[in-house]
Amino acid sequence: MTVLLVAETQGSALAPATAKALTAALQIGGGVHVLVAGAGVGPAAEAAAKLSGVDKVLVADDALYGHQLAEPLAALIVGLAGAYDAILAPSTSSSKNVLPRVAALLDVAQLSDIIKVIAPDTFERPIYAGNAIQTVRSKDAKKVITVRTAAFAATGEGGAASIEAIGAGSDPALSSFKSEALAKSERPELTAAKTIVSGGRGLASAENFKDYIEPVANRLGAAIGASRAAVDAGYAPNDLQVGQTGKVVAPDLYVAVGISGAIQHLAGMKDSKVIVAINKDEEAPIFQVADFGLVADLFPALKELDAELAKAGR
Amino acid sequence: MKVLVPVKRVVDYNVKIRVKADGTGVDVANVKFSMNPFDEIAVEEALRLKEAGKATEVVLVSIGPAKADDTIRAGLAMGADRAIHVKTDETVEPLAVAKIIAKIAGEEQPGLIILGKQAIDDDSNQTGQMLSALLGWGQGTFASKVEIADGSVDVTREVDGGLQTVSLRLPAVVTTDLRLNEPRYASLPNIIKAKKKEVAAKTPADYGVDISPRLEVLKTAEPPARKAGVKVGSVPELLDKLKTAGVL
Repeated sequence: MTVLLVAETQGSALAPATAKALTAALQIGGGVHVLVAGAGVGPAAEAAAKLSGVDKVLVADDALYGHQLAEPLAALIVGLAGAYDAILAPSTSSSKNVLPRVAALLDVAQLSDIIKVIAPDTFERPIYAGNAIQTVRSKDAKKVITVRTAAFAATGEGGAASIEAIGAGSDPALSSFKSEALAKSERPELTAAKTIVSGGRGLASAENFKDYIEPVANRLGAAIGASRAAVDAGYAPNDLQVGQTGKVVAPDLYVAVGISGAIQHLAGMKDSKVIVAINKDEEAPIFQVADFGLVADLFPALKELDAELAKAGR
Repeated sequence: MKVLVPVKRVVDYNVKIRVKADGTGVDVANVKFSMNPFDEIAVEEALRLKEAGKATEVVLVSIGPAKADDTIRAGLAMGADRAIHVKTDETVEPLAVAKIIAKIAGEEQPGLIILGKQAIDDDSNQTGQMLSALLGWGQGTFASKVEIADGSVDVTREVDGGLQTVSLRLPAVVTTDLRLNEPRYASLPNIIKAKKKEVAAKTPADYGVDISPRLEVLKTAEPPARKAGVKVGSVPELLDKLKTAGVL
């Protein structure tokens, strides 16, 4: 049994999601090979080789994979698939795009967003926005799996795997990259952050979102998140959305400000260790999952929070 | 250009589902069903393409029980031209759904297929990608903007770091994200008109697709419950609690 783990890269670096999905790969058992595909991804391949438990790193360093387009990347993975019993990837927007394409080309079902490995062919995964957990056994000989990274701790370093360069596959020429608008931020990445301050519709404007959420997030060294309502209203960009169809996070501390707590939002954050809710509506459903609730007008409360954290030297 | 829009009947997004006590599944008796919200966005986008003169006909496909007719009629009432209902009472996994739609695409020859990025019941997020793989077409997933050009379509995608725009050769598959558009409400006259629109009745066997499941569901359970905590009276009290909890 050998597992092929498709690495997630951020530019030339290895994304933290990879080490989390590796934990699931190691639980499936057998050897683990990591595929690093991208342009200029040498440093990512070296980082992957250092992860404990990795036997081999395959690196496809080619402009064809520079923007992670689904069609050429899926073709590359399918070309390698013969040697593997399972193909895994962290559940990121890139692998959500690519892996089902791989599964269909291999004529196998995909298991999306697994949260637990029960046996090499049996897994737990959430359905209905996490309101039910299914235990599912795959009857396919080859498994294609995406891993919910919030459910697995990262595997540490300590390995020294060999790195093998592989040639680029063919280009199906079905799509081409045009442009991208990626958020630049000095903050921790949302799905890797230990603390998240998240804002909702209660912020009432993009200016307020910036003026009230950012200072508190800065003092806490936190990533910033948002509810769907805040993103739809234009208060925050789409890449900050936490929820059923946005990002799923499980930080040590999640501070929900002006978020009512629709089930679709709770689906994305209810596995956080400690949840704080600040909302002026004491009936808001967010209080049913919050460890600490503060019923208050969020604007003065956030100003006071900022001032108190400053006093405490944060 | 014909646009094909697959739509799924799902438990309404406002319903808080209950897991059956014996672990055999989710209790969906007597709950409200609606069109999957992402599919509603797909129908809307197809209609806008038609209204802009980029598409000539909008054809819906739904695979599901007799009651999926409600979902189909809802899409027809929004303005779709006709529909194909592939009837089955079985659970059809995304791969089998993609195979059936691929066969329909072979017959209908659409220039574009638009569907929701994921259904809010099984949360798989697979069908569109699988469909484009089976057809050998390009895919533009998680779309927040769709612009038809000559022989191609530009799709702006919501990705983890922000937005990415790709150009796909037509025909292609697009899956919708939340910000693509705001679906219209059907007017009463259109709801009445929709009752008379053509819905072709088919079965999976008509397309020669084996829908037997590849995944065996062994158990369905409640997620671990999270207890409501305490209310604090002030910001300093909140900070004290967080320090005690060791997260500050």
